[in-house]
Amino acid sequence: MIVKLNGKDAELSGKTTVLGLLESRNLPPESVVVEINMEIIPAENYGSTEINDGDHLEILRFVGGG
Amino acid sequence: MSNDIFKLGGLEFESRLLTGTGKYADDSVIPDVCKASGSQIITVALRRVDLESETGNVMDFIPKHMQLLPNTSGARTAEEAVRIARLAKAMGCGNWIKIEVISDNKYLLPDGYETAKATEILTKEGFVVLPYVNADLYIARSLVDAGAAAVMPLGAPIGTNRGLKTREMVRILIDEIDLPIIVDAGIGRPSEACEAMEMGADACLVNTAIATASDPALMGKAFSRAVKAGRDAYLSGPGAKHSHAKASSPLTGFLHEG
Amino acid sequence: MSFYPICAEYNDAPLAEQFGSVTEQDVRRALNKNTLGPEDFLALLSPAAVPLIEEMAAKANQLTLQHFGRTIQLFTPLYMANFCTNKCVYCGFNTKNNIPRSQLGPEELEKEAKAIAATGLKQLLILTGDARAKSSPEYIESAVKILRKHFPSVSIEIYAMTEEEYSRLVEVGVDGMTMFQETYNEVLYPELHPAGPKHDYRFRLDAPERACKAGMRVVNIGALLGLDDWRHDALKTGIHAAYLQNEYPEVDIAVSLPRIRTHVGDAFTPKSLVSDTNLVQNMLALRIFLPRCGITISTREAPDFRENILPLGVTRMSAGVSTEVGGHTGDEEEEKVGQFDISDERSVDEMCEVLRKHGYQPVFKDWHPLQEAS
Repeated sequence: MIVKLNGKDAELSGKTTVLGLLESRNLPPESVVVEINMEIIPAENYGSTEINDGDHLEILRFVGGG
Repeated sequence: MSNDIFKLGGLEFESRLLTGTGKYADDSVIPDVCKASGSQIITVALRRVDLESETGNVMDFIPKHMQLLPNTSGARTAEEAVRIARLAKAMGCGNWIKIEVISDNKYLLPDGYETAKATEILTKEGFVVLPYVNADLYIARSLVDAGAAAVMPLGAPIGTNRGLKTREMVRILIDEIDLPIIVDAGIGRPSEACEAMEMGADACLVNTAIATASDPALMGKAFSRAVKAGRDAYLSGPGAKHSHAKASSPLTGFLHEG
Repeated sequence: MSFYPICAEYNDAPLAEQFGSVTEQDVRRALNKNTLGPEDFLALLSPAAVPLIEEMAAKANQLTLQHFGRTIQLFTPLYMANFCTNKCVYCGFNTKNNIPRSQLGPEELEKEAKAIAATGLKQLLILTGDARAKSSPEYIESAVKILRKHFPSVSIEIYAMTEEEYSRLVEVGVDGMTMFQETYNEVLYPELHPAGPKHDYRFRLDAPERACKAGMRVVNIGALLGLDDWRHDALKTGIHAAYLQNEYPEVDIAVSLPRIRTHVGDAFTPKSLVSDTNLVQNMLALRIFLPRCGITISTREAPDFRENILPLGVTRMSAGVSTEVGGHTGDEEEEKVGQFDISDERSVDEMCEVLRKHGYQPVFKDWHPLQEAS
């Protein structure tokens, strides 16, 4: 299936959860915040939240800033 | 003045110097800067993860005891600032947020109207809101009404290191606004931070000037001392300077006649 | 919000001690500040500041020029009635004083208004005694409607009203309110105002704030200096003005500096005599503490004194004054009694000439409503 991931089209192979996606990208779950279709996913729901075809995902993290 | 406590957002701090994590040549110097500056509050920004390349995590360099102050940089409207604030809160690092709404990329000046709107929404959601704004009395008053925890007027346009150009306007905010006034942006030298504190500002936020110094840790220390010196000067009450020369014809001479 | 709890703190504080412990260094520090706090104001009012009065004058002069230029606003009071239900022991309108009482009717008001307007004055301050039954809010409203035809600015110095009553007066075109607390000393106050509606200290104390809320453009407060130790009342008046400025930044806050004068009736002995030096010190301290605050000086003061203080902070003066009801048109032969005796009896023209001679511009009005009141 195809999702929008941080503004770009991305191909995901088969059904997966937010946690699965983060792990496949080597992103420690506690270091990011995830938004699906403008809705924030609470960290405790990463494992149970499934990603659907056409979802808009944003994965963000803290970076340097003033 | 060991009992001079800086109260902000319901917490108490000893240091009145806030620092940032932007513009460092190498983030690994941040722990040294934090230590040398004694700063207890530090800003971060929120960005999309770069999925193409591995980048270091700035959080690895921020000492755990520090109060994290995420900003909403990148927001061009109140709505975007609110969205970023909620995302930042979901990171699980507290409910503080520095609101920064900028839609003019030429001058990078903050939009006071959108900032006030975002402040009102976020304080209702329980955020500790620190809005970054122009040094403007009316905006500051609207921020007070909106429930802000402090007002953060700029000293000069962001990143310019030009010093306390808004001196007279900041002075008015210090006099009129019953919230902590934190001078943010524009401070390029410790002497300028010192001047702001001597005038009665409650704190200074300094990022660029420290991050871009050849020796950021030493500059952090210099700012820490400058902020402290200015604060002490403010608390001690400056002494008299004899500014009024004796008039050749006294204004009150009539009181001694007859 | 109310000024009362703040005022209560000052009433409970050992002020005599605090004034006594001020040093010359404290005064110099206060003089050197850009923004003064209450403790600085106290220092400038203290005996320790007296030797520095010339330095204070220089600073007050500079601040006054900076904020007001070389201008003096002129106004005149119109005594509409002298019926009074109060027994203020120091006042000529005291109900115990057996004086002729009257109240101007519509025609007399019109006549007085025309006579005053002919002098060129545009700002009128209307006064009554404290007698709601005689000089009712309705009477005042109808009087304002008549007077507004002749004056772009009408302000009131009458009994304390409710916010709603002030709002109604604002609607018919009143733009300013003057209210003297007389003394802020809450213990002394009931002794001096033993009976009548004015006996209620708190209702009077909060009256200027109600006027601010009701939309008055100018609110002028003051204490009758000499009733209590003048330093104490001067301090509390300044703190009151600062409070109103802070809470109602849209309102012009002004302070009058009246000192007690003689009147008919019981010989009342003021608690402290306020000398020229005292009054000048008060004015200078107030100007330095509140640089943009209006300062009003009446014709209670003598001509020489009024001229000497022009550079020192005053911004508003009365001129062409009579404190008698109908005093601007009445029969010269008829015996009338004023509220107090005035010292400066010069006409408006004479005052203008004197001001110009000193390099000051007399200002008759500094604003005019765009929309006529309904």
